[in-house]
Amino acid sequence: MQSTAHAFKDNVGAALADPNLQDSLSKLKVGFSERRRQAAERLPEFEALRDRARDIKNHTLANLDFYLEEFERKVTALGGHVHWAPTAADARRIIADLCRSVGARTVAKSKSMVAEEIALNEHLEELGIAPIETDLGEYIIQLRHEPPSHIIAPAVHLTKDQVADTFLEHHRKLGFDKRLTERNDLVAEARYVLRQKFLDADVGLTGANFLVAETGSSMLVTNEGNADLSNTLPRMHIVLASIEKVIPTLEDAAVLLRVLARSATGQESSAYTTLNTGPKRPGDLDGPEQYHVVLLDNGRSGVLGTEMQEILRCIRCGACMNHCPVYGAVGGHAYGWVYPGPMGAVLTPQLVGVEEASNLPNASTFCGRCESVCPVRIPLPKLMRHWREREFERHLTPRAVRQGLALWSFVARRPGLYRSLTAIANRMLSLFGRAEGRYRSLPLAGGWTRFRDFPAPPSGGTFHAQWKATRKQP
Amino acid sequence: MHPIFAAAMVVGVSTSIENDRPPPRRVALFVTCLVDLFRPAVGFAAVKLLEEAGCTVEVPPLQVCCGQPAYNTGDRATTRAIAMQVMDAFEGYDAVVAPSGSCGGMLSHHYPALFDDDPALKARAEDLAARSHELISFLVDVLNVDRVAARYDGTVTYHDSCSGLRELGVKEQPRRLLGSVKGLALREMKTPEVCCGFGGTFCVKYPEISNAMVGEKSADIAATGADTLLAGDLGCLMNMAGKLQREGSAVRVRHVAEVLAGMGDLPAIGEPEAGAR
Amino acid sequence: MSADRAQILNGIRRSLQRGELAGDQLKSVQDRLARPPRGPAIARAQVAPADKVALFCQWAEFNNATVARLAAADVPGEVTGFLARNNLPASVAMAPSPLLEGYDWASEKMLSIRRGRGEGSDQVSITGAFAGIAETGTLVTASGPDHPVSLNLLPDTHIVVLRESDIVGGYEDVWTRLRERYGKDRMPRTVNTITGPSRTGDIEQTIELGAHGPRRMHILVVRE
Repeated sequence: MQSTAHAFKDNVGAALADPNLQDSLSKLKVGFSERRRQAAERLPEFEALRDRARDIKNHTLANLDFYLEEFERKVTALGGHVHWAPTAADARRIIADLCRSVGARTVAKSKSMVAEEIALNEHLEELGIAPIETDLGEYIIQLRHEPPSHIIAPAVHLTKDQVADTFLEHHRKLGFDKRLTERNDLVAEARYVLRQKFLDADVGLTGANFLVAETGSSMLVTNEGNADLSNTLPRMHIVLASIEKVIPTLEDAAVLLRVLARSATGQESSAYTTLNTGPKRPGDLDGPEQYHVVLLDNGRSGVLGTEMQEILRCIRCGACMNHCPVYGAVGGHAYGWVYPGPMGAVLTPQLVGVEEASNLPNASTFCGRCESVCPVRIPLPKLMRHWREREFERHLTPRAVRQGLALWSFVARRPGLYRSLTAIANRMLSLFGRAEGRYRSLPLAGGWTRFRDFPAPPSGGTFHAQWKATRKQP
Repeated sequence: MHPIFAAAMVVGVSTSIENDRPPPRRVALFVTCLVDLFRPAVGFAAVKLLEEAGCTVEVPPLQVCCGQPAYNTGDRATTRAIAMQVMDAFEGYDAVVAPSGSCGGMLSHHYPALFDDDPALKARAEDLAARSHELISFLVDVLNVDRVAARYDGTVTYHDSCSGLRELGVKEQPRRLLGSVKGLALREMKTPEVCCGFGGTFCVKYPEISNAMVGEKSADIAATGADTLLAGDLGCLMNMAGKLQREGSAVRVRHVAEVLAGMGDLPAIGEPEAGAR
Repeated sequence: MSADRAQILNGIRRSLQRGELAGDQLKSVQDRLARPPRGPAIARAQVAPADKVALFCQWAEFNNATVARLAAADVPGEVTGFLARNNLPASVAMAPSPLLEGYDWASEKMLSIRRGRGEGSDQVSITGAFAGIAETGTLVTASGPDHPVSLNLLPDTHIVVLRESDIVGGYEDVWTRLRERYGKDRMPRTVNTITGPSRTGDIEQTIELGAHGPRRMHILVVRE
């Protein structure tokens, strides 16, 4: 997917002015977070599970090469194939070659953020292979030619009415010319339209939530059933997953599953959690004849061992963005790429470059709500601050900010000078603000006073001046 | 015991003189740059509360700032320099107390990691961190203050500033003390724990997003019907006061320390002083 | 291709500042794979055997499945009764499972049964289940000649026959059973864990049942 992260500020303006988006976000802010809270409350062991999930991921990352090789060994032993893709281009090439090898005309896709990351759909279309998005949210945005705005609910930015308009526009030629108003009717229409596509597809391409090294299995956590139809009916099943998806054992999977669904949607368990291991076996009545796992690196191995390493623990639950007040104000498209919200603010600069994505780790108050709900305890604000440090080192911080900070720093390191200057500032601000107690506009503070009044200090001087005057001791 | 002391105990001065209370502490007040420049009353309220709890309070003169503006802009070098300044200024006190969760958190949570490469400085930073506190949690959790003698006639809603809440666990303590204020009724917002949109430089770097966040917060405040907004961080308070006043709200905004110290009749944040015209 | 493989593995090792795992470190991770340690014990999954069935049924219903507890002899009758109650045709696609053969289907003369994999036109399927998980009200199925996966997914209504003796406490108990039955080196092609009917929250975050998988799930919990 092409990044527009550099246009973050423009994206934000558009987002704040979009009434449909704001309506959708107001629901998101309350919905997911409340359900997560209830699910966490129902399970007394939830906090202990979060600690364990973090430890499992840390252990795996420290031994990532071993577990990937073990996974490959098991997959191959059961008749599957593992392909190693250092870059996005490698992954696209491998997948295209696999599709062509079976003469695929259509690929039934279940939702995959990694597929977005490598811009797979456009590549397949260029080669005359039609990718069919089958996840309802992905299907809707595919019709609208929009990118996803959330990592587990891709169409969360849309209202029901927008979906109804889209379906009417695109399903009319299939004979559906009634504009629907009920959600369940919309779901039923999508189910009907997509049903034959599952049956006809030559290839099914899914992501993976986890790759289990112990058994050589890919694990998918979904609700709709489309991923399972995609990995059962077509002749070939391709799993596209990034390297940090591997985990050691089924027991580790149980821990991660318990925190994943609860953190993502507040469910105790998703409707479908599926383990796929290799192609169909002799005697099986259905299932794919070929099973391929494409392991994508795309810069992740370079994050290991750095101060950003902890972002590799992410299990893509979406809790951070569900709880982020910035995401809740501007939605996912404003972030300009595949991964929005707090985890996107950390991962995007890593994958598309910090110059392109420099705004993302800066557009945060460090409120810490993301970290407080992350099932694998990623210290997201700390990682965003690391990006700000790197930007500062590389002089990517806006000039005005650097200069302002340099000036402030000069004064702050000289308490005597600071006292004099603040005494003057205090006096000026209190004098000119006396009548109203506040300023409706203030030079150099336009960013503040555009939307807010600025409180004036009362008369009497700074605290330090008053303290010195009224107390015997320093 | 002399009858006068017994009488004082019965009357219930703001903290009781129990046998197991720790001896008066030598406390240094970390004023914070915002309090110093924009609302000194908060500093005096803090001093009053600490003295009433039996502390001796000093204000080291060489303090300026905790360094967050540099820290959150990614300038580690300046942050370290300021941290060293702070460590020097606050050497030797039993406790360092700030009427702010974000400054308190900076000292107690973030300073040590700034000096990972220098064991001596790291040790000093850890020592300071162990002695540093946010004001209300210091009163309640360390000095065992469970009530104040103040009076405030009004309905109050309380905003949980992010650093205090998530870094320092400040949640119940202000509510406990507010519960002892005579005449005060507390009404919770729907989402008191959601960020108000201040975030230091964030509010001027991304003013539109900040405005969206503080707009939601002011709607939440209005929905409580409270006439007063309190919190423990002046940055948040100035942000919310500015928005409320721009919207023409009559809600008065104060720092929680002012109310607890019985200074709740001062002009509120952004209000003109009496007789100003 | 092996150059790409080496590139990624070497990149990982370079970042971790070490070569291939060897010696004690290698032995340690190998041991961990061979004897997988469990995470925190979940009280809910450690339910007493006498309460397992009730807990399973409770959670299954919480997740929008319907549940009937019955004796083996009543299974065929319950199926036709369920179909009639829900205005469904008395025509089902059934998994060719020896276990299911043990019920007296012939006693339900109006029930038409096709044994085999699922077809796009199927409205109702009947399968067995490898296990049920009490912790979450989840059914577990394992693919094989006696259980085509398409029966779990294609029809509108999925009826599952689950024996009480196959209900376990938690996920870990299912893994143990799978390893015992198949061996960890030879897992079935597909293990589905299914919790209620298919659903989506993709439109205005409101859960609607019946996205692409079955809209309706009926579980027969059979005591033997």
